[in-house]
Amino acid sequence: MAIKVEEKQLTLLERLYVLEVVRGIALTTGHFFRNMAVHIARLFGLAKDKKGSTTFQYPEERRPLAPRLRTLHRLTRREDGAPRCVACMMCETVCPAHCISIVAGEHPNPLIEKYPTRFDIDLGLCVFCGYCVEACPEDAIRMDTGVLEFTSFSREGMVYDLNKLLARSETPKPNEESKVKTA
Amino acid sequence: MLLNMGPSHPAMHGVIRIKVIADGEMVKDCDIDIGFLHRGFEKHCETGTYTQCFPYTDRLNYVSPLINNFGFAMTVEKLMGLKVPERCEYIRVIMSELSRISDHLTCVGASAMELGAFTVFLYMIKAREWIWELVEEVTGARLTTSYARVGGVKGDLPSDFDGKCRSVLKQTAEVLDEIDTLVKRNRIFYDRLRDVGIVSKELAASYGMTGPFLRSTGVEYDVRKATPYHVYDRIDFDIPVGRRGDNYDRYLVRMEEMRQSIRIVEQALDQIPEGPTNVDAEGKIIPPNVMADLGKFGKTAGLLKNEVLIEPTLEGTQKRFHDRVRADSKEAWIPPKEQVYSNIEALMNHFKIIMLGHGVRPPKGEAYGAVEGGNGELGFYIVSDGTDRAWRVRCRPPCFPIMGGLHEILVGDQIADIIATFGSVNMIAGELDR
Ligand code: SF4
Ligand code: SF4
Repeated sequence: MAIKVEEKQLTLLERLYVLEVVRGIALTTGHFFRNMAVHIARLFGLAKDKKGSTTFQYPEERRPLAPRLRTLHRLTRREDGAPRCVACMMCETVCPAHCISIVAGEHPNPLIEKYPTRFDIDLGLCVFCGYCVEACPEDAIRMDTGVLEFTSFSREGMVYDLNKLLARSETPKPNEESKVKTA
Repeated sequence: MLLNMGPSHPAMHGVIRIKVIADGEMVKDCDIDIGFLHRGFEKHCETGTYTQCFPYTDRLNYVSPLINNFGFAMTVEKLMGLKVPERCEYIRVIMSELSRISDHLTCVGASAMELGAFTVFLYMIKAREWIWELVEEVTGARLTTSYARVGGVKGDLPSDFDGKCRSVLKQTAEVLDEIDTLVKRNRIFYDRLRDVGIVSKELAASYGMTGPFLRSTGVEYDVRKATPYHVYDRIDFDIPVGRRGDNYDRYLVRMEEMRQSIRIVEQALDQIPEGPTNVDAEGKIIPPNVMADLGKFGKTAGLLKNEVLIEPTLEGTQKRFHDRVRADSKEAWIPPKEQVYSNIEALMNHFKIIMLGHGVRPPKGEAYGAVEGGNGELGFYIVSDGTDRAWRVRCRPPCFPIMGGLHEILVGDQIADIIATFGSVNMIAGELDR
């Protein structure tokens, strides 16, 4: 059903504007004092769960990130510290930005068969869609580092190679997963 | 006098150029120059697989990317004749409406700011922030969501979504009331918008304008009511219409639409079914690398009874949730990770879907699917030749017809009114120029 949106003419009182100004200022001042009270309370260590303002004082204060947020990639490790990746090229194929390039090599262990001799992700092209993580049948690539700042002065610096991608992964203990290395 | 506004004018929302022939302060004639942000969306979609198109659709209307995602997914599903699980339909409705709220918040906030009401902008962006935090929790990104998949969505909603969403909606409704207090009966705001940028029914219809622009003239057209998709026919909501078709009516329509969207989300949250749970689990949760290794070395006995400790960004895609949010089809998208890790059939299926030339292959044919975007009817027309890439994709951006008729609307108003009218168009260059 359709509803007509209201459209009354302004009354004389509203045309005079004074009352409207007062109403508006009352609202914003209300916000000001409420937020101020929270700020002061926080200064004394109270009201920890409330926030005086929606802004974060980046970079001193960091916004809590959602667990599902896709951040910088990493390659997970095997128990011997080598990459878990078996160079199956699934991530390279699914990537809509064509920013992953892998060169496969033959692994001495016949159970592993293949491993990447080179694995480059050009983060300057990456669109952070997360398809590579979804497509990996080995849990070898992940986007759970929580790192959002990875800038560079050059385009070459945005290309992350095998070493850089492995650097954020810990070598797992038996029956555990390869966790993010906390700096 | 010939006056150029844009392509990079501080009050222009995107890159666009308006050539104005002015007589004093009056606009005598004007011409609108678009295309500065053309990225070849349609051509790109033809070069990638269907799944690879979703990141492109994120970048159409980048204030409400989820609606674009779902619109594209819906059209491909139409081509394939896929039926999406009920829970997934509800998720799509909820996420679309949240996006619509964020879209309107941005539009009203930004256009109010251009008229000098900076507080309104800050309050609305604050509310948008809450919504985007919700979106981040569900999809894993604030803007470039890529959440839809052919035949479903990426993952189920997080377990605490219901409560969080309701509290965000409540706070947003409060913000909307505050905005009304600040500007609705404010004389400066009223006088700058009332009877400015008038669109007649005939003009709107002849250019094919849709959305709040058309509804402000009093025409009751909304894709959600006219051709209900997802589960909009099960939800009770109203379409706000204006009468005069001026900027003030458009402001009122947008504000009311946000309230209606809040209503829709609340109803959808009440109605959303749990869906099949798919548990044959022993309740053991094992890390993915361990599970994959066990599977590879053939120790598969009873392995499928366990759940995988999933990578955080894939939360909601486990076997437990898979049937709730993905269509039951091997043609659509990859099987749950537990199966990929532990049996060879699923692994082959997984590879098949991703391999070029295989994957999502709708039968030969063509389909048009339309959803109600933030600015109006957002349509996708896809021609398939039976391969894994679309033969032709055409997008009907809701801004385009509005921008086509804008020169007729601006003529006769003052130069300063261009800003107010242009703000009410809510032009999103990403969507307009594709
Ligand atoms: S996140 Fe997307 S674009 Fe980036 S590397 Fe992975 S698949 Fe490619
Ligand atoms: S999909 Fe996984 S295993 Fe395959 S190449 Fe990519 S990272 Fe390696």
